[in-house]
Amino acid sequence: MQLPILGGAIRRAPENFLGRDEIRAVQAGRRGFLGAALAVAAGAAAAQADPTPRSGGDANILTLPEHSRALGQPVAARGYGVPSVWEKNLQRRESPGLTRVSQASVSFCPLQGLIAIITPNGLHFERHHQGWWDIDPSRHRFMVNGSDERMLKRSMVFTMDELMRLPSVSRIHFIECGANTGMEWGNVAVPTVQYTHGMLSCCEFTGVPLRTILEMCGADFQRGRFVLAEGADGSSMTRTIPMSLVMSGEVLVAYGQNGEMLRPENGYPLRLVVPGVQGVSWVKYLRRIELGDMPYGTKDETVHYIDLMPDGQHRQYTSIQEVKSVVTSPSGGQMLLDKGFYNITGLAWSGRGKVRRVDVSADGGRNWQQARLETPVLSKCLTRFNADWAWDGKPALLMSRATDETGQIQPTYAELRKVRGSRSIYHNNAIQTWLVEESGEVRNVQLS
Amino acid sequence: MCSCHSAFLFGRRAVGAACVAVGVLGAQPSPAQVTRFEGIGRTATPAEVKAWDIDVRPDFKGLPPGQGSVRRGEQVWEAQCASCHGSFGESNDVFMPLVGNTTAEDIRTGHVASLRPGANAPVRTTLMKVSQLSTLWDYINRAMPWTAPKSLPADDVYAVTAYLLSLGNVVPDDFTLSDRNIRDVQARLPNRKGTTTAHALWPGTELGGTARPDVQGAACMSRCQAEVRVASFIPEYARNAHGNLAEQSRNLGPTRGMDTAVASAGTTVKAGAAPAQMAMSHEAAGGVKASDAMPVLQKNVCVACHALDSRLVGPSFREIAARYKERADAASYLAGKIRSGGQGLWGAIPMPAQSISAADAQVAAQWLAQGARP
Repeated sequence: MQLPILGGAIRRAPENFLGRDEIRAVQAGRRGFLGAALAVAAGAAAAQADPTPRSGGDANILTLPEHSRALGQPVAARGYGVPSVWEKNLQRRESPGLTRVSQASVSFCPLQGLIAIITPNGLHFERHHQGWWDIDPSRHRFMVNGSDERMLKRSMVFTMDELMRLPSVSRIHFIECGANTGMEWGNVAVPTVQYTHGMLSCCEFTGVPLRTILEMCGADFQRGRFVLAEGADGSSMTRTIPMSLVMSGEVLVAYGQNGEMLRPENGYPLRLVVPGVQGVSWVKYLRRIELGDMPYGTKDETVHYIDLMPDGQHRQYTSIQEVKSVVTSPSGGQMLLDKGFYNITGLAWSGRGKVRRVDVSADGGRNWQQARLETPVLSKCLTRFNADWAWDGKPALLMSRATDETGQIQPTYAELRKVRGSRSIYHNNAIQTWLVEESGEVRNVQLS
Repeated sequence: MCSCHSAFLFGRRAVGAACVAVGVLGAQPSPAQVTRFEGIGRTATPAEVKAWDIDVRPDFKGLPPGQGSVRRGEQVWEAQCASCHGSFGESNDVFMPLVGNTTAEDIRTGHVASLRPGANAPVRTTLMKVSQLSTLWDYINRAMPWTAPKSLPADDVYAVTAYLLSLGNVVPDDFTLSDRNIRDVQARLPNRKGTTTAHALWPGTELGGTARPDVQGAACMSRCQAEVRVASFIPEYARNAHGNLAEQSRNLGPTRGMDTAVASAGTTVKAGAAPAQMAMSHEAAGGVKASDAMPVLQKNVCVACHALDSRLVGPSFREIAARYKERADAASYLAGKIRSGGQGLWGAIPMPAQSISAADAQVAAQWLAQGARP
């Protein structure tokens, strides 16, 4: 297939996207970069991807498409809508070889294609410990008890109907697996932002503050300083939940996710929401809360989700997801189609509160410019940032660095490893670097 | 027309509903009077709590009475566990190995030596990491066997736990584990002293911990590093390991997914590339010139004590540059020294710590590290 070139820039295919052959042509270096003389003569306007035709006009304009000349589809053709057929590339995906069985595994969210801050429910990352279920909500029960008989005035049982009668709150929060970016502690391991950072999602969650429910049970908050959350699935996931977040009203017993009920993969019909804390604590298929006077030392607190430090000690009960950011476009595994203007865009977040600022570098961290934070900027929530960039066609190293409202600044790999070594697995919040090659290919790299 | 008609209908319906609501409201307490959530939830029965309250804490609260021998555990293991975990808990075919890399010395010290710096055990087994015996019992009881969780009788949970511990020589082959002796076995767990809560990643103070985060980045905005080296790449052979990336990005917008089914056009930068090879490297960018450094040195009053060529209170800039010209990390070292100050390297007169910004210190240090050229 002949690569159509007009005015020295790539002309878009009729469907307004490049076909495989055209992509390969660009990749092979047959990029339609302007020659120097033409660039001087025509200036910036000629560098557009869709240059002014020499005669006539764009066939997409001159020849009316079928959708302008015929009858479209009726309402409710799809009782539950699905994305456009053109969007099929954005899927949750596994990382080959990361886990041994797919019921105790992870699928990664395609951050490279997400817009703004909300994760569509069907693209929310998955982490299951013993397979997922679609539980009949009419038979799901939620129990609250104490580690001894004096911890609560009474142990209680709730149906979903009852929980959904209680006053609810809705809040937008990120959820990030403690092992997100864990494959990259020692060196570059995976190619795209989906795999480096895709155990990350952000939804509006709706539910009842756990504090309200504990108060209904007559909780002794003087003695009860730890909360155990337990799931109803095969693994009956358990985690010790920080009491300070329960008392602040932040921890929710949640059933809603982005305007609908939780998806089965995300814990339908009930999960815990623990803002700012790693995803493993957001117990899915939540069946029980126990109020107790000591931490619980669960499997994911003494065997997994413990952070190995350089001295050979494991940090236990590490929970907060610290300040972090990543450029999602342009990002690893992608390709820039031409020189000129690009919007460097990405996500920033902190488990300690709001993002205060994000800086972006295109030269490997020698020089930085402050990025624009787009609203809303919420506590323990993804924040979208944007920064202007003109690519000159030379190698570039794109990075982002977030600072949160507590003043904590996202570290470089060197700064992080200096304290925590490279064996931790968990809580890697280092600055990500993407190398833009002269060919336009973007690669995941780490700097020394 | 259709929309107006339906709005009219809805409007009428709403009026009707409001009338009914007003009639009922008179007998109701106002929302402010509702202090308890009457009619929601009920007391759990003892049988219900017993059925679900299965957790076993580190102090073994919740552990049901019972016992199981290593011998019985081996039988249960072969029947229910070995297909995934291997006959001796060593398998890495399905799940990570459970047992291995612990020693009698670890049982004595309580901190597994193969976790320590330089040991670099190829895998980290469960027995290397686990600090609480309650965890093993609790997890086997609640989640194992993999395809039939919660099916083992309590005595078999004791037996399987005992068998695992015997594989790591924590208990002898003729041992019987029970609720009465489990604390004694906890005291022999190889990594029982291998955990710490001295960190700032737990919200709240219940676990002690530390108030300040242990890692902090730098706010530097310009001329932050003397050199930028790419230290790590995905190797070419692994480029397509996650499938064709062209099929994993939107075919619309500023970028496309890279077609990794074909060979790449090659990279312009090799891992560990010398700075000179990088377009954004220090040399290519021209380095820090005296014209950049001098305003910084003047603004921060460095020049009150230091001159370019002659010694004032402190050494000249040229002397400093000469002394550190061979030092690879001269820029970062000097940036640190500028901020921290020091005494003794250049004589008895101390240089006090400076309140110079990190960015300015970097500029000055880089200029010095490059020879303090005019």
